[in-house]
Amino acid sequence: MAQEDTNVIDQPEVMRHKMVTIEISGKKYEVPEGITVIKALWHTGQEVVRGAGCLGGFCGACATYYRTKDDPKVRTCLACQMAVEDGMSFTIMPPFPARKALYDIQSLKDPKQDLFNLYPEAPLCRNCNACTEACPQKIDVREGVWKAVFGDFKSVSEMFMDCVMCGMCTPVCIADIAPNLVALYVSRAQGAHFTEKPQGLDSRIKEIQDGRYNDEWKKVLGMNEQELADHCATVK
Amino acid sequence: MDIHALQQIVHQTRDARRKQTIPKFSPADRDQLIHQYHPDYRASAYRPIRFGPNANDKTVVELAALLEGDSSIPENLDVTPQYTTDVLVIGGGGAGCAAALHAHASGAKVILATKLRLGDSNSVMAQGGMQISVAPEDSPVTHFLDTLKGGHMQNDHELLKVMVEEGPSIAKWLIELGVLFDRQADGNLHVKKGGGSSKPRLLTCSDYTGLEIMRVLKDEVLNQKVPLLEFCAAVELLSDDNGHCSGAIFKDLDNQRHVIVAAKAVILATGGIGRLHIQGFPTSNHYGATGDGLCLSYRMGATLDHIDTFQYHPSGAVYPEQLIGALVTEGIRSEGGHLVNAKGERFVNELDTRDVVSSSIIRECEEGRGIRTMSGRVGVWLDTPLLDAEHGPGTVEKHFPAMMMQFERFGIDISKDPVLIYPTLHYQNGGVKIDANSETNVKNLFVAGEASGGLHGRNRLMGNSLLDLMVFGKRSGLTAATRAGSMKQGKLTLNHLQRFRAEAKKHGNSSGVISPMILPAYTRKEPERVVTT
Repeated sequence: MAQEDTNVIDQPEVMRHKMVTIEISGKKYEVPEGITVIKALWHTGQEVVRGAGCLGGFCGACATYYRTKDDPKVRTCLACQMAVEDGMSFTIMPPFPARKALYDIQSLKDPKQDLFNLYPEAPLCRNCNACTEACPQKIDVREGVWKAVFGDFKSVSEMFMDCVMCGMCTPVCIADIAPNLVALYVSRAQGAHFTEKPQGLDSRIKEIQDGRYNDEWKKVLGMNEQELADHCATVK
Repeated sequence: MDIHALQQIVHQTRDARRKQTIPKFSPADRDQLIHQYHPDYRASAYRPIRFGPNANDKTVVELAALLEGDSSIPENLDVTPQYTTDVLVIGGGGAGCAAALHAHASGAKVILATKLRLGDSNSVMAQGGMQISVAPEDSPVTHFLDTLKGGHMQNDHELLKVMVEEGPSIAKWLIELGVLFDRQADGNLHVKKGGGSSKPRLLTCSDYTGLEIMRVLKDEVLNQKVPLLEFCAAVELLSDDNGHCSGAIFKDLDNQRHVIVAAKAVILATGGIGRLHIQGFPTSNHYGATGDGLCLSYRMGATLDHIDTFQYHPSGAVYPEQLIGALVTEGIRSEGGHLVNAKGERFVNELDTRDVVSSSIIRECEEGRGIRTMSGRVGVWLDTPLLDAEHGPGTVEKHFPAMMMQFERFGIDISKDPVLIYPTLHYQNGGVKIDANSETNVKNLFVAGEASGGLHGRNRLMGNSLLDLMVFGKRSGLTAATRAGSMKQGKLTLNHLQRFRAEAKKHGNSSGVISPMILPAYTRKEPERVVTT
């Protein structure tokens, strides 16, 4: 796909690592211990198009199911944030076809009631907690869904601030809720409808429109290079 | 020696270091340090571009090769379009989403194409905040002057004035869309002070500012039903008889087929180049940051600006291996965290500018006072436990929860153990030269966000990129939409490519490099070590 030959994970020093055996989608490979799940995919020669994004734990593209040696539990992780260990088995998760409700956030009349029209399955949560267990960001997802249904939009928006929209809460839901999408709607509604409008911001916009800074602009933009540099130096 | 044993010197020297004051460098020493150690001044890493609009200008060798590289498209390719639109936005990050939303809102037919998924970008990773002069003691003019000083006085004044003046209305737009910026008790926007700024001006959403903005923008693009072409990488632009931009050719990464889109105006919002790993640096950038927009617009005849200057964030993680290149926030240094070399000594005033701090870290490592990890990387310590010692137990956990969690995943408690850091390639200061409406010298070709150049001068101030991409995303979207309303679709030709190839031939270009790169080549090519059982 690309011409660059310098391969970050192929540096000889990295290659001195102790090798461990892992299993990717059912096939076993030897890879250096401690590299990330995504680097293990590259190491085994697999090109990754779906399943890689920011590589920094923020975008949720690399949602992955994994299992460790001798533990039957299937867990979830972000592939760019999880180190491989001996006996680990993993598969990158395909994006699940969750239904996203369409709405015009500005024109909502009663956002708390509208939740039930947009996501009618939300109140059907059966408290199984599978979503919370699936969340790699350690959000109490189940609690969030309940709070959303009971109209505590403020708490939901705070709880879901670190949601990376990986969607791992969705396929595990027995009530067919997409908790991350419910939370996104709730957070946006909280921001657009239930949060105070900042007065200072409106004043600043008005000042700019009214030309309050025009004289200062004229002065600054009329300066020669040296004058401008000297002027900048006086700003403390 | 094991890294955990090497760490002990940080604990042992902490009390002595706390009594020390490290003066900032004198302007002369600063200059000397930067010229000797900052990667932007390593002459061997640079070479002149041989031909094209920026012929003889110097840039890093990795980028020069791509700019001179050949297109993957044969000149006889059938360019009958599969899609026809008014405005084609290429790139699904902050600038692309903003451009698409504004063009759509003003009634234009829009297609948004992106190499990976909608939203995959550097924007989503922005933690520090977004600079907008909203505080009573602040003003757009002060924002202008701070940015100019930070940019070594090289910023384009017109672009900069536009950005600082439109900032507040951008904040209003985002709030109306539901972005949850941090607030003060009185409901006004809470602002933090960023490095190089004279006034508190950073609007934040906890330490997830980019993530919060992008969640909302992505959702809005979906709500507005903007047609998307995901996993479609732009590989060539199209030009009409006058050399104006008239569309683009994509490679569908699923089936490797070409997708041709005819458009009256094209907005490139393809981001930066961190994944080129220039000069061998690790990067804080996302997977797709391979500078595709630069190559595409350069072949089309667009001029680049400040393409020789890059930002190296002083503190990228060096250990553990999983976090290589990931940012360790500047906030740790702001709150008094020391930088410590292998001998347990401080070597720079931690609050000096990013270029100075980066240069001094590189100096320590090059002169043998760095710490080597098991995987062979070198860095210096950032004494994070010092914050708890200085401001009371629990400080690190309270002020840097995202960072605590990031390291905890690998069994490292940063409130007890120092972290190892080295500068990481963070931002492309320059890019394609644009005017105040985000248009390039190629008509109907717009560039917005990190791919554009001029606004930040030779060094970007923290928090200015999130504002940059919202303002110029908006301006490009609105201008392109208006333009499209009053013009006919241009002819789809590859004339510019023919011209570029002829020029390349004249300069004996036979590098064999195909650009754009699309994705970095991390896939190991040696035979895989499959285990049979």
